[in-house]
Amino acid sequence: MSPLVSIRDLRVAFGGVPVLRGVDIILQEGEAVGLVGESGSGKSVTWLAALGLLPRHAQVSGSVRLDGRELLGAPASELDQVRGGRIAMIFQDPASALNPVLTIRRQLCEALILHRNLSGEAAKAEARRLLDVVGIPDAGRRLEAYPHEFSGGQVQRIMIAMALAGNPDLLIADEPTTALDATIQAQILELLSAIRREMNIAMVLISHDLGVVAENCDRVAVMYAGRIVEQAPSNQLFADPVHPYAQGLIGALPPLDGPRRRLTAIPGTVPDPAQMPDGCAFAPRCAMVAEACSVSAPSLARIADDRAVACIRAEASRCALLGIAAE
Amino acid sequence: MGRYFAIRIGRAALTIVLVVTFAFVVLRLSGDPALMILGPEAPPEVLAAFRKAWGLDDPIWFQYLDYFHAIAKGELGRSMRDGRPAIELVLERIPATLALTLPAFVFKVALGVPAGIYAALHRGSAIDRAVMMTAVAGFTVPSFVLALILVLVFAVQLGWLPSGGQDSWRHAILPIATLSLGGAAVLARFTRSAMLEVLGQPYIRTASAKGVPWRKVVTSHALPNAAIPTVTILGFMVGTLIAGAVVVESVFAWPGVGRLLVVAVANRDLAVVQCILLLVAMTMVTSNLIVDFLYGFLDPRLRAKGAHA
Amino acid sequence: MSPPLVEVSAISRSYSMRSGMFGRAAAVHAVDGVSLTIPRGETLGLVGESGSGKSTTGRIVLGLEPPDRGEVRFDGKAMATPGTAAWRAQRARMQMIFQDPLGALDRRLPVATQIREPLDIHGIGTPAMREERVRELLRAVELMPAHGTRYPGALSGGQRQRIVLARALATKPDFLVCDEPVSALDVSIQAQVVNLLCDLQAQLGLTLLFISHDLRVVRQISTIVAVMYLGRIVEIGSADDLFARPEHPYTQALVSASPAPGRRSAGRIVLAGDPPNPAARPQGCAFHPRCPRAVARCASEVPALSAVGGDRQVACHLVTGAQTRDAA
Repeated sequence: MSPLVSIRDLRVAFGGVPVLRGVDIILQEGEAVGLVGESGSGKSVTWLAALGLLPRHAQVSGSVRLDGRELLGAPASELDQVRGGRIAMIFQDPASALNPVLTIRRQLCEALILHRNLSGEAAKAEARRLLDVVGIPDAGRRLEAYPHEFSGGQVQRIMIAMALAGNPDLLIADEPTTALDATIQAQILELLSAIRREMNIAMVLISHDLGVVAENCDRVAVMYAGRIVEQAPSNQLFADPVHPYAQGLIGALPPLDGPRRRLTAIPGTVPDPAQMPDGCAFAPRCAMVAEACSVSAPSLARIADDRAVACIRAEASRCALLGIAAE
Repeated sequence: MGRYFAIRIGRAALTIVLVVTFAFVVLRLSGDPALMILGPEAPPEVLAAFRKAWGLDDPIWFQYLDYFHAIAKGELGRSMRDGRPAIELVLERIPATLALTLPAFVFKVALGVPAGIYAALHRGSAIDRAVMMTAVAGFTVPSFVLALILVLVFAVQLGWLPSGGQDSWRHAILPIATLSLGGAAVLARFTRSAMLEVLGQPYIRTASAKGVPWRKVVTSHALPNAAIPTVTILGFMVGTLIAGAVVVESVFAWPGVGRLLVVAVANRDLAVVQCILLLVAMTMVTSNLIVDFLYGFLDPRLRAKGAHA
Repeated sequence: MSPPLVEVSAISRSYSMRSGMFGRAAAVHAVDGVSLTIPRGETLGLVGESGSGKSTTGRIVLGLEPPDRGEVRFDGKAMATPGTAAWRAQRARMQMIFQDPLGALDRRLPVATQIREPLDIHGIGTPAMREERVRELLRAVELMPAHGTRYPGALSGGQRQRIVLARALATKPDFLVCDEPVSALDVSIQAQVVNLLCDLQAQLGLTLLFISHDLRVVRQISTIVAVMYLGRIVEIGSADDLFARPEHPYTQALVSASPAPGRRSAGRIVLAGDPPNPAARPQGCAFHPRCPRAVARCASEVPALSAVGGDRQVACHLVTGAQTRDAA
């Protein structure tokens, strides 16, 4: 099966400072992949770069293919067809994500006109249906309302409706629930997973919240300082993280049940992108650091059919495993 | 909604009263109109007769009340110089002033707004830097300096245009250019920063992310939002249509309201000065009211608030 | 046994708020009859969503604003009148930490100067002793003396929050109110600060009021947890027990909504409706419009917070002591 999206060696720099340092992601149709990482790890930049949504002064290189067609450097008209039509995106801050001076109807119909060739009454009827789908009550009347007349959770529902307007194959949800209260977060996540199931849309869920990603995704990629450091099926990653950073992230999360334990905090802070250490970017904070770590950056290497890790320790343990298997 | 505008209009009326009062006090305290008009050599009995004729020997608070009483009846007094009704003097000068300020307003908007939008859309480009440098220059150079530069270049050096007077349309070119350039600079700066602010908003990225072509993102998403702050400065400019050309009219000897004001102040021609100030205050206040209306029209958030009342 | 350090009895606070610029002013009951007791050396976690009144409660407890009704007693004494010498003495013993450390620090001053500031204000020690105290505080929050010479802009988010913590500890307070102190921090940094808070509390015998929307962090640091909804406490009890066996339907939904690695979302309680609006507080139990178990009585009668066994108190008509516990 050919992948829906394949990103190869994607690099982004702002003014010569690299923020994304070679990212590879393969996405199959209908799949839900989580991207986890702390602020500045490059998880949002990856997809903004893929869709050409970064400011002009960003230097982007590598390859992003959708159904085999290259998106990087594609003409604007082609990208406009992809954005919202094939790949839709929703963002973190619902309060400012919708245009304050346009009605919900205009903002929804805009996407329907662009991607579905609907207009007039047909577009309006479809907009009403979409609001129904995402659970906005009294959709017909609410179409004429402005964004400030909705609560944060409702605006995020409208954003989802807008994303669905173009019948996309992939939905990128960039921290979709971070700004929302816990009970509203639960509503939005449930809505996203219901939509995904019913419409068979692939989803990339970008979040700093390991729990959110683990519960809603089949596969998770952990990012650190502009690279993917570990990739694994969700249940395996959380049960048995291999990369020391992934281990640290999971250990840093306080448990909600069972005995309390001291949190395993990762010492230090994320390196400044302008002064990346040589070798592995995580080495200065790593509890298992070895001399070889500062020599060269480890590449993302397979340790199982569906798992990959960028750590020389993991490579060593994998070699050991292979050695045992060979005997 | 009604209450909202009742408050606005009440505040506007208060502003006018304050302006007129301030002018009244300052003018009475800063010199004797009788001396200014009749000259220092005038005999005392003539001065006394003049003061009596114009009510200048009454206590100042009496003059003040009298003045407001007259305004309430629609009487704005007579010029102390030639005895004609002040309002007549002022009204006959208005067309001359508008002949400068109206075209200047159109040029300001036509130049400043597109320049600001273009600069914002091409931030950091050579054209952006050029626009901004011009704007800063236009912003900081006082209009009389600009006027003198224009006169030096186009009237004295090149001899293309007259340096003053009001004999033909060619006489209007330099004053209008002076007014337009300064205003366009202000507008360009303002529009640029409003646009930049809006372009950095998440909803612009949302629009791009749903596949709206960039040209449409600018026209249907960015511009309506950037219009909101820009309207404020435009409203202010409308407010200066009557009195905004004082300096320029003086430099170019253009017989408009501004020049009348300068002469009237120099002569302590109280009724004329007060009449002009009243008119200016009223245009300012009216344009502010229009801006408030426009806000409601442009920004649904304000509209909704008004609708609750 | 010594009396509890902080006793809050039935405090209420309402604001008058206009809906829009010209709407009619309506009373918003931010806090409505909240009572809390925080024993010495312990941490009370205050949990709730936006609009629950948890931050207002923190501000009242600290004396930053007066309650309309009710009383806060600190170390057995009522809070002194703001501005008096007694009040200043009391305030030196209680400090606050906010979510945004950058907003709490002055960008134009080196951070050591800012840590020393409370010592200067309260005239504690000689200048040399103050300098020594600043070094000691920097060590206590696990920073280098060199960090003291930097400006807030040159520090990371976690380091700034440590500086704020050091400043709060400068006057050797007994009581610390922390309002979402780690919410703006990344997970790995959050763990550093949580560990630091736990260590400092143990070393210094601090009493904490820890306000957060993050159940995990609250459980990690608290001994007692109170859950607030629209200005009232709906459930209170010991931390481990409360999260393991929530009784109030709202607490149950909150616990269930907290995502957990390794658990799929099946069986989650998803509450319908929007987050509560303090300006339009429902009649009866404020939670009843969103409650999956609400009965007729809930719409008319406000449930009182009452003991249901152990140290647990719940404000719900459907949770009445023994029988629910037995059924569970």
